[in-house]
Amino acid sequence: MEILTYAFFITFLAMTFRMATPVLLGTLGEAFAERSGVLNLGIEGTMLMGASTGFIVTYFIGDLWLGIFAAAFIGMAMGLLMAFLSVTLGAQQHVAGLGITFLGTGLSFFLYRLFVAPAGGVPPTIVPFRPIEIPGLSGIPVLGPTIFTQPALVYLALILVPIVGFIFYRTTLGLNLTAVGQNPKAADTAGINVFRTRYLCLLIAGALAGIAGAWFSMAQSSQFLPGMTMGRGWVCVALVIFANWSPYRILGGALLFGGIDALQTTFAALGVAFPYRILQMFPYIFTIVILVAVARRATYPAALLQPYRREG
Amino acid sequence: MVRRSPVVIKMVGITKKFPGVIANNKINFDVRKGEIHALLGENGAGKTTLMNILYGLYRPDAGEIYIRGKKVTIRSPNDAIGHKVGMIHQHFTLVPPFTVTQNIILGLKFPKGVLKVGLAEKRVTELSEKYGLKVEPRAQVWQLSVGEQQRVEILKALYRGAEILILDEPTSVLTPGEVRDMFKTLRSLAKAGTSTVFISHKLDEVMEISDKVTVLRDGKFVATKKTSTTNKRELARLMVKREVIFRLKKPKAKLGKPALETKKVSALSDRKLLALKEISLSVREGEILGVAGVAGNGQRELAEVIAGIRKATGGKVIVKGKDMTNRSPSEIVEAGVGRIPEDRIDMGLIMDLSVKENLVMETLRDFSDHAVLFFPKGVFLNHSAIDKYADKLISEFKVITPSRDAPSKTLSGGNLQRLILARVLTRNPKILVASEPTRGLDVGATEYIRRKLLEQKKRGAAILLISEDLEEILTLSDRIAVMYEGRIMGIVPARKAKIEKIGLMMAGTPLNKIGR
Amino acid sequence: MRFPLKNLSRGLKAKLPKLKVEKRPYPSLRTKILWPVLSILIALGIGAILIAAAGVNPLTGYYHLFHGALGDAHAISETLWRFTPLLLTGTAVALAFRCKFWNIGVEGQMLTGATVATFFGVSFIGTSSWLLIPLVIISGFLAGALWAVIPAILKAKFKVDEVVTTLLGNWIILYFVAYLVEGPWRNPTSLWPESPAIAGSAVFPRLVPLYRVHIGFIIAIFFAILFFIILRKTVWGFQIKATGANPRAASFMGIKVTRVLITVAILSGGIAGIAGVSELCGTHFHMKGLGFFGGTGELSWGYGYAGIFIAMLGGLNAIGVPVAAFFMAVMIQGSRAMYRATGVPSPFYYAMQGTILVCLLLGIFLTYYRIRKVKG
Repeated sequence: MEILTYAFFITFLAMTFRMATPVLLGTLGEAFAERSGVLNLGIEGTMLMGASTGFIVTYFIGDLWLGIFAAAFIGMAMGLLMAFLSVTLGAQQHVAGLGITFLGTGLSFFLYRLFVAPAGGVPPTIVPFRPIEIPGLSGIPVLGPTIFTQPALVYLALILVPIVGFIFYRTTLGLNLTAVGQNPKAADTAGINVFRTRYLCLLIAGALAGIAGAWFSMAQSSQFLPGMTMGRGWVCVALVIFANWSPYRILGGALLFGGIDALQTTFAALGVAFPYRILQMFPYIFTIVILVAVARRATYPAALLQPYRREG
Repeated sequence: MVRRSPVVIKMVGITKKFPGVIANNKINFDVRKGEIHALLGENGAGKTTLMNILYGLYRPDAGEIYIRGKKVTIRSPNDAIGHKVGMIHQHFTLVPPFTVTQNIILGLKFPKGVLKVGLAEKRVTELSEKYGLKVEPRAQVWQLSVGEQQRVEILKALYRGAEILILDEPTSVLTPGEVRDMFKTLRSLAKAGTSTVFISHKLDEVMEISDKVTVLRDGKFVATKKTSTTNKRELARLMVKREVIFRLKKPKAKLGKPALETKKVSALSDRKLLALKEISLSVREGEILGVAGVAGNGQRELAEVIAGIRKATGGKVIVKGKDMTNRSPSEIVEAGVGRIPEDRIDMGLIMDLSVKENLVMETLRDFSDHAVLFFPKGVFLNHSAIDKYADKLISEFKVITPSRDAPSKTLSGGNLQRLILARVLTRNPKILVASEPTRGLDVGATEYIRRKLLEQKKRGAAILLISEDLEEILTLSDRIAVMYEGRIMGIVPARKAKIEKIGLMMAGTPLNKIGR
Repeated sequence: MRFPLKNLSRGLKAKLPKLKVEKRPYPSLRTKILWPVLSILIALGIGAILIAAAGVNPLTGYYHLFHGALGDAHAISETLWRFTPLLLTGTAVALAFRCKFWNIGVEGQMLTGATVATFFGVSFIGTSSWLLIPLVIISGFLAGALWAVIPAILKAKFKVDEVVTTLLGNWIILYFVAYLVEGPWRNPTSLWPESPAIAGSAVFPRLVPLYRVHIGFIIAIFFAILFFIILRKTVWGFQIKATGANPRAASFMGIKVTRVLITVAILSGGIAGIAGVSELCGTHFHMKGLGFFGGTGELSWGYGYAGIFIAMLGGLNAIGVPVAAFFMAVMIQGSRAMYRATGVPSPFYYAMQGTILVCLLLGIFLTYYRIRKVKG
């Protein structure tokens, strides 16, 4: 019985990291966008484009990393469009983001039907990312089989946390983008190109969202399904507020979410007599609860939602 | 005085057009090394536009700029900084949650893009000691006083090696004491060879600090004078073309009962800090009580508590003898309080709605007084009544608008304020709370609004006038209260008010501690 | 080596005319109509590329699309049958967006309404239509309103962003519905997870025998007209517009912003709930489980999300929304016809929603700004 408990604990922990990965990638991206003053509600659609593109490329070429590259690239294309609408045209960010999500949701499905699987057939599959054991470290008890035996994208997401932290807090880019999101006029007069900075941030956000989406079709499962990100993009929009736009707290938030998400799978596996569909509601309820908990204290970037225009 | 020093800036024939106005019309402007050169003119004369062109924020439609004798094209602030030109805007361009040092190094290049904050802090300290610009490099900017923030702005320019400083209305946010400190800094900078362009519309300070004055009017160059060879009266004439009436005549009005009283009112700011500390005031019918003070000392919070949009955490607001503390805005309007908010565009009006909609907004109940079918009063709007009412107010208050249905955002600043006045004054409020009623308006609109306020007083309204513009307070008020850090420092009759005394109170000395 | 390249780029810059963006203070009515229409045409042009990518001549494709949606009485009836829920969800969203309550949970509010209506529809078999139909409509309205008012209260009391809460609410109710129809409510005689059929007396009567348009259509038109009257004629509509344009100023001028927000959420969610009831009682007659497309219920086919698109395409405007809803109904109905005739994948209309919206944003920009060439 004890071995059983240990085994389940390990499964649960390993699952937590896997469930956290797409949310972590997406939220880090969202942090770039929002710190520079752009609410990117296009993240869900961008993820789906990443999932679909990554899958299609891998399906035809057979190279997982090329698929990831394509997913990041299409994510950047979506980011570019978001930047054009919200930064250049100054469209309402809510509306522009919803537009991008509509576009990504619909187009990902259409392209998938077009290139891979016409309606009615058996959905094709690819060989997804497999866990990699990190030599030397995978032998450590508890940590070994959980943190150090994971698909490559998990490592990528985890390594990105300190990198993003370094960018935000230690580089001119980080200082510039934060200033652009707090007081674009001040940044402009200090000689920072507000438009270019926001474009760059949205490109980064798009790339990360694209990779996050690819996780669903290339690591979590081996096929693409329409709408398969299941609202994770929106979870990212919530988590970035919960994490106060800090990459380290994003890691915490993503793991917390991943834990709740993993719980439902582990519960089911444990044979707990609890309706499976009710368990599936938990991650979403949890996200709303943490949002309620922090909403009053959240200090949004001061220029969020405000398009910047120079007079004259 | 440096006289034969070389010309560092030469602007020739600068023209800049905005839709509907020529902001700069073939302006010539020279500045020499080590000179403090005042750029004088009324609001809208084109001073700031000219300097924004020099700083690369605007591109001129025509004209040439020479810096140190070389013709240059300045496309962005970055270019300007490259030519060692620095600008301190009227509204500071600081990032509030950043530290002083972060603000100063913002936009600078670092090797490999990695910040060296420690090194920067050391340089900031050195510079601030050298020029007597005292400021703590690690403090967060939002915690600093306005005077300190201005020092950060100056340090920011100096850190970038600026040899030409442009200051846009730098004294408008400072106490008289802080102004003296800043002038000292400017003089020591001039001695070290820094040239300063000092934008202002205040004659006294131009006479005090500048070596030379250039006057602009309606976007055109008028004259450049040596300060030592001119005087206030001449400059005033150049500035407005006609002899200025320095003081409107205050009409006498019969003083009535106290109409608006605050008793030990306290309130929090947006940042949840105590912004009002037991404010007690009383305004009588037929009286204007002016509230002076540097911006950010609780004036806004005071107006908002009375207007009903900020909770008082303690004390009482009494309107015509009735306790109206923490009542809703509509109840307060019903009680006869007219409110002219500080923030016209974001609070006083809804810019996306039409002129007529903005006119009836506060009194919707009056325009829904008919029952339709089986619906009671108060459900449907009476559009024909609204149209009639709007037309009447538009002509009565001479609001210039294409039509009553035009969105308010198409109106000019002066007309927007007339719109608010029309809405508020047509109800003949017993009490009027006016915050910064003439800020940013041209002379014509300012005079119109001041006359209207005096008319209201004559009619017997009790007026609380909140303004940063000390001249406005002196011109209009019967009594003057000075606020500092959420407290009233003292209340003096306007007739006997000495500017030095008010200055001391604005800087935080209570009236009872000021010797005779 | 880099030198010639630099010159080239300089040369190009000199050749290209400089563009200047200017604001149009008063766009004329012509401009206001011209650009949105043009942007839809541009979007249809991009759609043509998608159709061509599927190996079909775009003209043939569009012919089948429009013919399939409007070609004969049957097609028109099918289009109007789809138009019914779309008009309701579009109106629900437009009303909410008018006061900047970003209700993107219409999909979930539809499902909530339908779920509660199912409960009554299944429990009260044998009750007269005159009682049961009003009962399912009112209960559906209240359920949808409840699901929308929770995020509104969270926004008013705790400043929780409603974009996220309304959207996540969709997933919560979706799984709850799945739980019901797969578990306690499961119809034992059905192969699919679905509830038993609602009472015959709860079924919405058809307007014309043999055609699928039902009285939901009349209800939808009623709410569209109500929306028009609210916005144009009532004090409440005025308050909604003011709150949406600037809540701070609105509250300064005596409008009770929180009350406006809550009441708008109630009506918006309620209309969405009725859309769900209409689909239940007019189309499916059983409560259904998860849809194939992530985030949608099989009962709604994503009409709740389409409502967002319709509201925006219709400019949140009481006249624009019905037009946009009809356009969307044509796109959905037509895409299926096009698929049957030519094989262009039917998610075509999903892709078009986003394309049109993005083009529309460009169109809106060009309505209010003019781009001019300037010399030098």
